[in-house]
Amino acid sequence: MRATLRGLTDRAAAEGLLDVAYTSMDSPFGTLLLAATERGLVRLGLPSQDAESLLEDLAARVSPRVLEAPARLEETRRELDRYFEGRLRAFELPLDWQLTDGFRGRVQRAIARIPYGQTRSYTEMAGEAGNERAVRAAGTACGTNPIPIVVPCHRVLRSGGGLGGYGGGLAMKEALLSLEGRR
Amino acid sequence: MVSELPPFQVLLDEHAADVMAVLRGAVGRVDADDCFQETFISALRAYPKLGGASNLRAWLMTIAHRKAVDHHRAKGRRPVPVAEVSEVTLSDPEPEGELWALVGTLPPKQRAAVELRYACDLPHAEIAAALGCSPEAARRNLHEGVKRLRRELA
Repeated sequence: MRATLRGLTDRAAAEGLLDVAYTSMDSPFGTLLLAATERGLVRLGLPSQDAESLLEDLAARVSPRVLEAPARLEETRRELDRYFEGRLRAFELPLDWQLTDGFRGRVQRAIARIPYGQTRSYTEMAGEAGNERAVRAAGTACGTNPIPIVVPCHRVLRSGGGLGGYGGGLAMKEALLSLEGRR
Repeated sequence: MVSELPPFQVLLDEHAADVMAVLRGAVGRVDADDCFQETFISALRAYPKLGGASNLRAWLMTIAHRKAVDHHRAKGRRPVPVAEVSEVTLSDPEPEGELWALVGTLPPKQRAAVELRYACDLPHAEIAAALGCSPEAARRNLHEGVKRLRRELA
């Protein structure tokens, strides 16, 4: 049965019917959920987030053709593994930004450009996205980042240096910063 | 617009084993894998266009049933190798043609029950699984269908 199911997933992919491929992976913080379209990684679920509702959300917002297909995410998983081991400083995997738009989207793209081991303030991110007074909106953009870790919203802090918030919990934010040699 | 359809993987997780069981009963172990793939590829292709998420199981089982019938039809047409070709012409190459045409006119549930029973050779319990109803209801549909056919042919 397992081989039959794998055959089905392969064929779905070959016929262009696999709109969202997903898999889960172990990380030092718990299980992560990875979801990709043909364009690239579209969603990364943190351990604190409910995988089931996350997949339902993808079915509603991207396509209901959502299938578990670990092979399609092999490269993503490898990059993340190397990142967690401290051996990868810049992700090269392609991203699909379709779950974000407008000001939030601009903030999130700006976050993706913050180099490894560096931090920015919410105010700076608001400015980079074109409106430095929209600090709250920049905070919301961090909180709704569909691809955390890879789009490193953990590198965005309060202006005074306070941690701010993090979808995966502040302990995880702190651990990611210390992995990158910041704390 | 928010779609109510669950991720397709949920359908696989919940119904793959039953679809496979029905297909194994209908076409045999060897060919069930192919029919299974055909079933889910067809389903996947049509899935986003489905109106809503009501009774996805019955929808899947209907597709599986159709694939099983297709399979039997294709097999029927496949030439069987023989040592010697008979010179006798068969008088009626499709003796059951009329009967199956009549089956096609039955109400959907009765038709499905009759096809699953006599084309796919499924027992009542599996017909019930395929139709998403109780074995009693499957038996009733089958009975009503056959009764109607008898009446039509009389």
